[in-house]
Amino acid sequence: MDFVSSRWGDVLSNSADHAILVVSVVMAATVFAVLLGIAVRGRQGPRALAIGVVGVGLTIPSLALFTLFIPIVGLGFAPAFLALFIYALLPILRNTVTGLEQVDPAVIESAKGMGMNRRQRLLQIQLPLAWPVIMAGVRVSALLTTGIAAIGVLVAGPGLGEFIKDGLRRLGLPNSMEAVWTGTVFIIVLALLFDLVLSLIQRITTSKGLR
Amino acid sequence: MPDTTLPSPQGRAGATDGDRNVALTPDGFEDVMIRLDSVSKVYPGSTEPAVAELNLGVPRGEILVLVGPSGCGKSTTLRLINRMIEPTSGRIYFDGEDVTDVNPDHLRRQIGYVIQQIGLFPHLTIAENIGTVPKMLGWKKDVIAARVDELLHTMGLEPGEYRHRYPRELSGGQAQRVGVARALGADPDVLLMDEPFGAIDPITRDRLQNEFLRLQADLRKTIVFVTHDIDEAIKMGDRIAILREQSQIAQFDTPERILAHQVDDFVDDFIGSGSTLKGLNFERVSGLNLGGYPVVRHDVGHRVAQNVLADSSQRWLLVLDGQERPARWVNEAHLDRTDRSLLAVGHVVRAKVERNATLHDTLETMLGSSTGCAVVVDAQGRFEGVVEIEALTGVIARLRTEAKAHYEVYAADGTG
Ligand SMILES: Nc1ncnc2c1ncn2[C@@H]1O[C@H](COP(=O)(O)OP(=O)(O)OP(=O)(O)O)[C@@H](O)[C@H]1O
Ligand SMILES: [Mg+2]
Repeated sequence: MDFVSSRWGDVLSNSADHAILVVSVVMAATVFAVLLGIAVRGRQGPRALAIGVVGVGLTIPSLALFTLFIPIVGLGFAPAFLALFIYALLPILRNTVTGLEQVDPAVIESAKGMGMNRRQRLLQIQLPLAWPVIMAGVRVSALLTTGIAAIGVLVAGPGLGEFIKDGLRRLGLPNSMEAVWTGTVFIIVLALLFDLVLSLIQRITTSKGLR
Repeated sequence: MPDTTLPSPQGRAGATDGDRNVALTPDGFEDVMIRLDSVSKVYPGSTEPAVAELNLGVPRGEILVLVGPSGCGKSTTLRLINRMIEPTSGRIYFDGEDVTDVNPDHLRRQIGYVIQQIGLFPHLTIAENIGTVPKMLGWKKDVIAARVDELLHTMGLEPGEYRHRYPRELSGGQAQRVGVARALGADPDVLLMDEPFGAIDPITRDRLQNEFLRLQADLRKTIVFVTHDIDEAIKMGDRIAILREQSQIAQFDTPERILAHQVDDFVDDFIGSGSTLKGLNFERVSGLNLGGYPVVRHDVGHRVAQNVLADSSQRWLLVLDGQERPARWVNEAHLDRTDRSLLAVGHVVRAKVERNATLHDTLETMLGSSTGCAVVVDAQGRFEGVVEIEALTGVIARLRTEAKAHYEVYAADGTG
């Protein structure tokens, strides 16, 4: 506690950096994965390919993934962002495809039968119906990236990983464990906060007819 | 041109057609709203056509039922009409206009479509569901709202109560009513219905069928109605097309005539037993020649009653009370030399029907009567006549002869 209160300024600025990183990654990943999901839905080949490629990204050890981008974009925010972006894609992509494909065929049949074109069916019927499932994927991605973002400090990325890195470097010295704990706890707090906010957004943006 | 599908120029026989009759155009054929001209559909990856060279005309303002065994192509045929499926060959006409190549989305907005699974949009309210097509057509908000309330009201759903509900808050029957209301949203001239009442319990189905027929009596939409249930076909159809594999028309006619005459074994098998009995549903007592039955007033005395009975060839005599209402059945054994009132002997008359009763109901009544007869009364219960079993067998024989003659004329014309 002493440790936290004596470094309150660092805690706040690291938390803010961490949050900004996660929010920008999740937003970008959501847009990209939802569009990709829409593009490949219902078509065996493209869907398997997209999920496969995105899934491979997730199997690359995080240490390696972060450093892979350094030669291309240098150190700092950019490599951290790119690595996390790749991690965030899979849950959203998967849920988008599942959500869109599990819409009752009778609903789509009747929408088509009433004269809705493809675009109208997608925007007015399929996306709203898949929305809760997509949001569930977004929440998983947010949790995932909040945790993994700690490793971003390896490539000089911003965030609460600073405390953990600092603590590990000074392991055994005074306040080293406190630093690691501070980083860990605030990452967890941040993750829970994100999940809370996202669940609120999900509630507000999902039709009452689906609850 | 040989054309097995256009209804023959004969109109219909029987006493019940009155208000369901169709205006004939000068050349003798009926006013056709939807026409399929040699339409075929071969699904990708399939060698056999699901629909082969189908010619079909749907008369304006009528319900045409497509009925046939599972997999014979009913749904495919229906979905060809609103171009949910594109035909492999052939042309489709609406109101004389070739719509085979028009924008299918625009076409579908002019056609109501109801499917068995209903497919209401779960994330939209009932009002939004019903207003879907009007909204796409750019109707004003208040016009849509008024239309939604009108339709809910028509379907027997209190608008204030149901407008803001979601589909999951409805029972199966209510959901199907909303499905029909939604199809009627923009007041289309044509309605396509694929087993619309198929997934509903029998009692609710019966009620929905009756409501729908009442509605149709006002709306006079042109309707193509798919079912695999011959009884539903007989009940709902102004005309029935019985289909065999690949949507080949086995018989196309009014339910009355199909019940009276089946063109081949396939139709015969499909209709199954009981077609004669079902046919009696379309005939009414008012079409019968009543009379000739021995009847006396209650105050004529036993001697006169005995004479009347003896002069007739019947075993039973009907006694009327002071208000001309049928009161007792008496036979020879009940009549003696006593001066007991005729109202105190014999059996009470229970089997009574009115003139608008169907012959099916009349037969049911007769079977429950000790004398095997049904007494016809007016709305005040006054005597009008007696129906005997011979009258019914006579009607059945006449229907069969007429239907058969109809098909013979049809064939002789070279149009069959
Ligand atoms: N999308 C499709 N792709 C390939 N074949 C199909 C498709 N839809 C239907 N068929 C085939 O076309 C034939 C006719 O099917 P259709 O659904 O029109 O029959 P139906 O008369 O409506 O049957 P049911 O009473 O069971 O609904 C069947 O042999 C069916 O297997
Ligand atoms: Mg079908």
